Amino acid sequence: MIVAEQKPLAEIIEMVSPYGKLLILGCGTCVKTCFAGGEEEVAILASLLRLAFKKKGIDIEISELTIERQCENEFIQEASLAVSRNDAVLSLACGAGVQDVARRFTGKPVLPGLNTTFVGVMESRGLFTEECLCCGDCRLGLTGGVCVLARCAKKLSNGPCGGSRNGKCEVNPDSDCAWQLVIDRMKNLGTLDKLREYTPPRDWRSSNSGGPRKILREDMVI
Amino acid sequence: MIPQGASKLEKKLESGKFAVTAELGPPRGADKDAIITRASLLKGCVDAVNVTDNQTAIVRMSSIAACVHILKTGLEPVMQMTTRDRNRIALQSDLLGAYSLGIRNILCLSGDHQVFGSQPDALGVFDIDSIQFVRSVRDMKETGRDMSGYELAIAPDMFVGAAANPFADPFEYRIIRLAKKIEAGARFIQTQCIFNTERFREWMRLAREEGLTEKVFILGGITPLKSAGMARYMAAKVAGMDIPEHIIRRMEGVPRVKAADEGMKIALETINELLECPGISGIHIMAIENEQAVGRLVEAAGLMPDARAGQEGN
Repeated sequence: MIVAEQKPLAEIIEMVSPYGKLLILGCGTCVKTCFAGGEEEVAILASLLRLAFKKKGIDIEISELTIERQCENEFIQEASLAVSRNDAVLSLACGAGVQDVARRFTGKPVLPGLNTTFVGVMESRGLFTEECLCCGDCRLGLTGGVCVLARCAKKLSNGPCGGSRNGKCEVNPDSDCAWQLVIDRMKNLGTLDKLREYTPPRDWRSSNSGGPRKILREDMVI
Repeated sequence: MIPQGASKLEKKLESGKFAVTAELGPPRGADKDAIITRASLLKGCVDAVNVTDNQTAIVRMSSIAACVHILKTGLEPVMQMTTRDRNRIALQSDLLGAYSLGIRNILCLSGDHQVFGSQPDALGVFDIDSIQFVRSVRDMKETGRDMSGYELAIAPDMFVGAAANPFADPFEYRIIRLAKKIEAGARFIQTQCIFNTERFREWMRLAREEGLTEKVFILGGITPLKSAGMARYMAAKVAGMDIPEHIIRRMEGVPRVKAADEGMKIALETINELLECPGISGIHIMAIENEQAVGRLVEAAGLMPDARAGQEGN
C-alpha cells in the first residue's frame, strides 16, 4: 500500500488559515489502512483544528467527508457538493489523490494534509516499512524476493557494502541490511550461488528518472 | 611536468615486489600547498598515494585535482572515485579527464553514505554500484569504448582497484563479493584497516582457497592508532570497522603520552603478520591526518624502497 503520515499540526494550521470554510477530505483506501487519512483521522484532525482556531479567536467552519478513493474520478465526484460549499480542501490522501482532486475542481485550492512517504507494508501493527520504489523493472526474482533498490541505502545491485553489521544497516541500525536478508533467504532456498552472478547497471528509464510514467491499457479503453 | 605512461604501482606489483601505499585526504578548502606539504612527507617511502574522494561524505578538494597536485611532486597517485556523488555520465567523464591529466590508478568505491557526512541532506546518486563501476573501467580499457558503446579516440588504460572489508557481515558472502570484484576487473584490492588479525587470516585463507590471491593483488589496510580514544571512537562510530576489545585494552593500558607509540607497535606487528601471510602483495597505510607516521612506520617495518628493493610479495 501507499504509506503516508500526517503533516505536523502547525504546518497544517498555517496552510489552512487563509480560509474561512474548510473541507477535510479523507481517503478510505491506503491511507486509511496506515492510520493517516481515513474517517477517524479526518474527525480527529477536524477537532484539533477547531480547537486550535478557537484558541486563537479565529472563526473557521470545518466540514468532514471521507470518500472511498481520491485517485478515482467515480469517487471524487461524490465530494462535488461538499467541495463547492467550502473555500478550500485539505486532502488527507496520498500525493496522487491530492492531485486528482485538484484536477477535478480547478477553481478550488486543494492542500496536502499528509506527507506521502513510501510504498510499503505494515510489518506489525503500527510499524510500516518501505518495500518498493516503483522502479518499473522488478528484479525481485534475482534477490530472493527482497528489493535491494528500495531497502539498501546505497541501492547496491551486487552484494552488501562493508557497512553491514550483525544483520543491520550502517545507515540506520534499526533497519535490516537488505543484502543480509537476501543472503539468508537464498541460503534457505539453496540458491546462494546465484549471487555470484554479475548484475548489470539498471536502465533507469523505467523509473521516474525517465520522466513521469504512463501506462496505456488499450484493451481497457472505452 | 606530469609523467605519462603506465602505472608504476601496477608494474611494481606485477614484478612481484611488496608494495606500500598510503592514504591522503584532500583539504577542506582550495589550499594546494596543504596537499603538497603533506604529500612531501610520503615521498620516498611509498609507491603510491591514495587520494580519497570526499571521504566520510564531507566536501573536500576533488580527488582529481588533488591527484594532479600530487603528480607534480613526483609521487604517483591512486585516485579514489565514488558512485555516491556521480552518475555514470559523470563517472566516465571524470575518468577520461583524470587519464588525460596523467592519473593511472583508480580505486572504485560506492563511498561512505551521505548521512555520515557534513551534508546529510544531500541526494545520494548511486546510479551504478562499485562492481559495475569497476567493470565499466575495465571494459573501457579492453574495448576502447564507453558504456554506451561509443568508440573513444583514446581510451583510459587505468590500473583498477576496489575495496574489500573482511570484517563486515555476512562473512560467508565476503569472499563471493571479492570474487565478483575480481571477475569485474579489479586488479588490486585495498582492505579495510586490519585490527582483527584472526578474522583477517580466515578471510585470506578463504580467498586463497577460491584461488583469488592468484588473480588479484591484495593490499592489507594498516592504521596506526594514536590514542585509546581514537580506538574506541573507531570501534564504535566508524562504519565497517572491527577493533577487538584486546586492542582497545592495550591502548588503554599505556600512559597517554605512550599511546601513539603503542599504536605504532600494533601496526608494526600487523605488518609483520601480513609479510608472512601468503597472498598478500603489499600494505596500504591509512594514517588519518598523520602522514608523518607513515615514514616512521615504513622504516620500522624495514619497507623503505631501498630496503625492500629485492623483497618479494607473497
